[in-house]
Amino acid sequence: MSGVMKRMGMIFRAKANKALDRAEDPRETLDYSYQKQLELLQKVRRGVADVATSRKRLELQLNQLQGQSAKLEDQGRKALALGREDLAREALSRRASLQQQVSDLEVQHQTLQGEEEKLTLAAQRLQAKVDAFRTKKETIKATYTAAQAQTRIAESFSGISEEMSDVGLAIQRAEDKTAQLQARAGAIDELLASGALDDQSGLGSKDDIQAELDRLSGGTDVELELQRMKAELAGGPSAQQQAIEGGAQGDGQQTQTPHRFDKQ
Amino acid sequence: MIVRIMGEGQVEVADSHFPELNRLDDELLSEMEGGDEEGFRRTLGALLDAVRRLGTPLPDDALEPSELILPAADAALDEVREMLSDDGLIPG
Repeated sequence: MSGVMKRMGMIFRAKANKALDRAEDPRETLDYSYQKQLELLQKVRRGVADVATSRKRLELQLNQLQGQSAKLEDQGRKALALGREDLAREALSRRASLQQQVSDLEVQHQTLQGEEEKLTLAAQRLQAKVDAFRTKKETIKATYTAAQAQTRIAESFSGISEEMSDVGLAIQRAEDKTAQLQARAGAIDELLASGALDDQSGLGSKDDIQAELDRLSGGTDVELELQRMKAELAGGPSAQQQAIEGGAQGDGQQTQTPHRFDKQ
Repeated sequence: MIVRIMGEGQVEVADSHFPELNRLDDELLSEMEGGDEEGFRRTLGALLDAVRRLGTPLPDDALEPSELILPAADAALDEVREMLSDDGLIPG
């Protein structure tokens, strides 16, 4: 019984031989094959470019998601400082599901990077073989009659056609993977655009948390500043701090360290 | 002998290692035929590791046909089965 790798070797060789057998003049086969090799090289380069484009798109999405995640964290803090633990909880739970998306995308990003590296190396290997083949082909055409060339050609032809089959398959697989990831990236783009990622609760508008925070603090951070100053002047726990201590877990430092908020 | 790992290139492995590779190869075939995906993954991994460990990479511009050809590390059982049943999967 012959195993997988022996059979696979035979299949590849049979393929190469079939192509050679069909040729009237093997020297023509050389030229034809060389054209095919150049076409495949072009295709591999396009494949590498496609994968790189998808990878960059993912990177942009990752940055966007991470930006939103940071914003939600900030909103959570503000909500807590205003004594609205319910809002803070909402902001943080949305942030948690964003983080899930982020780690998902990071895995995909790694996959694409791996594909890109593999294809780049495959392109280099193929290029080197194509160059070697061109030299050999010219030598054979110049030196041998059609009848003599037959045996000389077989080996180098078989080597290059095996490489082409391998690289051709690698390109197909990379295209499939990229297409799948593109579809997912498209879905995430839509989610980002629609604000659905911001609002898993389905409670109204894109940034209901911000709206509520703005309402609470008169649209600016003035109210927050006032709250903090009052607390400092009073030198004791203010009403809002009691609210925080009553609910927030593991956030006790919140009371000691006043947060700096962005001034628009 | 020359072994190709699909997607990685070719390596030269001394004939003395052939029995060891053969044993794994036969195992791989029976796992494939029995549809044992887990065993297939494990054996394919072991086979690839052995070839990489025992082999010396061929230069990129070598035009040598390979005696043995191994699927890529992430090749699925079905994919390999299809490659062996007909050459529809293999372009060129």
